[in-house]
Amino acid sequence: MVLVVPVEKKLMDVKIKDLPNWILTQDFTPKGTIRAFQRGYYQYDNKYVNTNKGSTLGVSMVLAADVLFNYCVSYKELKHEQLRKNH
Amino acid sequence: MNENLFAPFMTPVMLGIPITTLIIILPSILFPTPNRLVNNRTISIQQWLTKLTSKQLMNVHNPKGQTWSLMLTSLFLFIASTNLLGMLPHSFTPTTQLSMNVGMAIPLWAGTVATGLRNKTKMSLAHLLPQGTPTFLIPMLVIIETISLFIQPMALAVRLTANITAGHLLMHLIGETTLVLTSISPFTALITFIILTLLTILEFAVALIQAYVFTLLVSLYLHDNT
Repeated sequence: MVLVVPVEKKLMDVKIKDLPNWILTQDFTPKGTIRAFQRGYYQYDNKYVNTNKGSTLGVSMVLAADVLFNYCVSYKELKHEQLRKNH
Repeated sequence: MNENLFAPFMTPVMLGIPITTLIIILPSILFPTPNRLVNNRTISIQQWLTKLTSKQLMNVHNPKGQTWSLMLTSLFLFIASTNLLGMLPHSFTPTTQLSMNVGMAIPLWAGTVATGLRNKTKMSLAHLLPQGTPTFLIPMLVIIETISLFIQPMALAVRLTANITAGHLLMHLIGETTLVLTSISPFTALITFIILTLLTILEFAVALIQAYVFTLLVSLYLHDNT
């Protein structure tokens, strides 16, 4: 009989219909949460920043994501300044 | 109109939770820690810049004052990176909040004064009186120097807040003017756009300069007191 050991899947490898089940398998203790953030940080870092011929793209993607995030947060105040009425 | 002007300076709230702490922590993830002797390009450039600024800041001090080098270098990096990140569109700059700048200025200034009073009491008290004053002016001058000493932290904080806030506000106003003028008179809009470009370049410079000035003044107070 073959013993099947569940391997930890990364977020990018999970299919969308399996997402709730994947979230339940995650570790929600403080230490586990911190480890998850660290994993994410180092995954991004090793792929885009910590390379032999890294360019400014790695940091620029973070800045672009920051701009988008701040836009979403301040969308409510910006809605008053729309140039067109139903846009 | 009034509410729109100062809306970018209100603390950002997402789903009812203030996320100011996250925004203050953000610049730190842009400075990875060096793990090796020879690192990748990002870290190498940051190391070179940090070494350049630290040497510039700290070579005026004696070894006692140079124990503050970690504090002052990290202060400079924090203020510079926070100000520069505030130049991105829609972003929130924590240094526009007076509360944060006073929170940075008062402990640092108090630290320098306490170091001076503790280690060289006579010298730091003697700084209260400039050399060569006429005798009858001494009481008044001591009072004036004491007041100027106590104003130092507030000046540090208010200088940083006012510079960054005024710059952001100017850019908002001129940008709105340019946008409104494009439908009325495109030539004037072009002129205001050029003004906006120049102002943006100035703001990038101001972001860095303010960081430098803040740190320089703290180091100056340190120099007097070590």
